[in-house]
Amino acid sequence: MKQINVTKLIWTCVMAGFGIISLLPFLWMLSTSFKTELDVFVFPIEWIPVRWNMIENYMAVWTGNFVRYYGNSIYITLATTAINVFVCALAAFGFSKLRFPGRDAMFLLVLALYMVPPQASLVPQFLLFNELNLIDTHLGLILINSFSIIGAFMLKQFFMSVNNEYMESARIDGAGYVRTFFQIALPLIRPGLATYAILRFIWTWNDYQYPLIFLKTKELFTIQLGIRLFGDQYGDIYSLMMAGAVSAILPLLIIFAIGQKQVIEGISLGGVKG
Amino acid sequence: MKTQKGFLHLNMTRREQIAGYLFVSPLMLGLFVITLIPVIGSLLLSFTNWNFVTGIKGIEFAGFANFVKLFNDDVFMKSLWNNIIFIITVPATIVLSLFLAILIDKYVYLKGMFKVIYFLPYISSIVAIAMVWQVLFHPSLGPVNNFLISIGFDNPPRWLADIDYALPSLMLIQIWIMTGYNIIIFIAGLQGIPKDLYEAADIDGANVWEKFRHITVPCISPTTFFLLVTGIIGTFKIFDLIQVLTQGGPANSTTVIVYELYDTAFIQLKSGYASSMAMILFLICLLITGLQMLVQKKWVNY
Repeated sequence: MKQINVTKLIWTCVMAGFGIISLLPFLWMLSTSFKTELDVFVFPIEWIPVRWNMIENYMAVWTGNFVRYYGNSIYITLATTAINVFVCALAAFGFSKLRFPGRDAMFLLVLALYMVPPQASLVPQFLLFNELNLIDTHLGLILINSFSIIGAFMLKQFFMSVNNEYMESARIDGAGYVRTFFQIALPLIRPGLATYAILRFIWTWNDYQYPLIFLKTKELFTIQLGIRLFGDQYGDIYSLMMAGAVSAILPLLIIFAIGQKQVIEGISLGGVKG
Repeated sequence: MKTQKGFLHLNMTRREQIAGYLFVSPLMLGLFVITLIPVIGSLLLSFTNWNFVTGIKGIEFAGFANFVKLFNDDVFMKSLWNNIIFIITVPATIVLSLFLAILIDKYVYLKGMFKVIYFLPYISSIVAIAMVWQVLFHPSLGPVNNFLISIGFDNPPRWLADIDYALPSLMLIQIWIMTGYNIIIFIAGLQGIPKDLYEAADIDGANVWEKFRHITVPCISPTTFFLLVTGIIGTFKIFDLIQVLTQGGPANSTTVIVYELYDTAFIQLKSGYASSMAMILFLICLLITGLQMLVQKKWVNY
C-alpha cells in the first residue's frame, strides 16, 4: 500500500512538471500584464515583476473603446446563449417526447446538416444577411449563432434520460404541452441545460470568425476583434496587449470556475465540439 | 365509454402532433435559412464566375471552370497541402493525451486540478492565446528564443516568421490547445473500461505494458477513433489561429483552405470562386465521414 503511494507521489510530481510547462504561456501573459513595458523582454524572465505597473496597465486598457467591446461581447454572448438554449430545448423536447409524422426524417435531416462545415455555407450566409440588412448589426451576429445542431443533440440526450411518467401525469391532469414543457420538462433537465448553456457561453464569447466577417463598424466590435485592434493601435506595447488578453479570458475563467464540473461532464458526454 | 376514450385518444394524438411540429419548428426554420439554403447556395455559386461587387446581374454561369482553376491554383493547392500536413497534429495530440489521461486517471493525486490545468488552453479565447504565442515566438526578443540562446543555440529559428518553421509552430500551438480536450474525452473512455479486466490480467501476471497493449488500447479504440475523425475534420476547419498569427504567410507557407476561402470571399470579393473552395471543403468533410462509416467496424475492436 505504501509502495503504491510513493509511485503515485512521483507521478504527481512529474505531472505537475508537465502541467506547469503547459501553463507557462498563461503565467507569462499574466506576469507581463503586470510589468512596465521596459521589463517585458528581460531575460531571464522575471516571472514575478520587479517593477510593478499593474494598475497603470489595466487602467490604460480599461479606458476608451475596450469597455464598449466588453459590453458588446457580454450582450451578444448572453442574448445568443439564451436564444440558442431555448430553441434547442424546444426542438430537443419535440424530438424526444412528442410523436408526430415525419419526426424521424426531420431528425435525419438535422443529422445530415451536422456534417456541413460552417464555412461551407459562409458566403451565401453573408449574402443573405446582407440582403436582410443584418450585416454590421448585433442582431445578425446573434441570429447566425442561435441555431445549433449540437445543442439539440445534447439536450435530446438529457430529455431521453428523463422518465416520461412525470410528463404523462401532468398531461392527464390537463396541463397543455407548453405548460408541461416549462413547468415539468425543463426543470427536470436543469443540470443538462446548465451544462449546455455554459458551453454555449464559452463558444460564443470566443467566436472570432463570424464577428470578423459580419461586423464592420468599430463601435460594434466584440472583445475578440477588440483585443486585436488594440494590439494594432498600440503597436508593440506588449504589456498592454497582455492586459487586454487577460481581460478577454477572465470571464471564461470565472464561468469555468463556477461550472467546471458541468463543462467537463458536458465535453465528456458525447465529445461535444463547436 | 369506449368511444369516448377513443375520441379522447385521437384528439390527444392530434394535439401531440401539432405540438410536435410547433416545438421543433424554430430550430428547423433556423437551420433551413442558416444552413440548408446557404449550402445549396454555395453549390450553385461554385459553378459561377461572380464578383460580389457586380451585384446579382453580374453572375455568369461558368460550369466547372472554377474547379479546373482551383487545381491549377498554386496557392490553393498549397493550402490543401498545408491542411494535409496539419493532420499530423491529430495523432500527435492523441498519443500525448492518452499518455497524460492514463496518468491522470490512475497514477496521480489531485486529478481534478490536472484536468483543469490541461483544459485551460481549450476554453481560452484563441485570439488572446494567439497574441501570447506571437510574443513568445518573437524572433529576436521572444522568451522562447532567448531561452534557446541561453542554452547554447546560436541561431534559433525565426518561428512564425520563418517559411520552414511557421507551419510547425502553428501545429505545436494547435497540439497544446487540443490536448486538454482529448484528455477529458479519454478519461471518460478509460472510466468505462471494466475494472475486472485489469484484475484478471493481474492474476495472470501481466505487466503494465501488456495491460496497456492488450486491455487499454483495444477497449479505448472507439474513443480514439472518435477523436481521430473529429480531430481530422477539425483541422480542415482551422482558421482563427492562422488569421491572427500569420494570415497565411510568410509566402503562403501557412495558408489553409478556410483561410483562402475567407480571403477570396471577403477580401477579394470573388464569391463564385470562394464557393468552389467551400464545396471542396464540404466534399473533404463528407469523404472523411464516409470513410469513418466504412472503417469504423473494422478498426474499432473490443
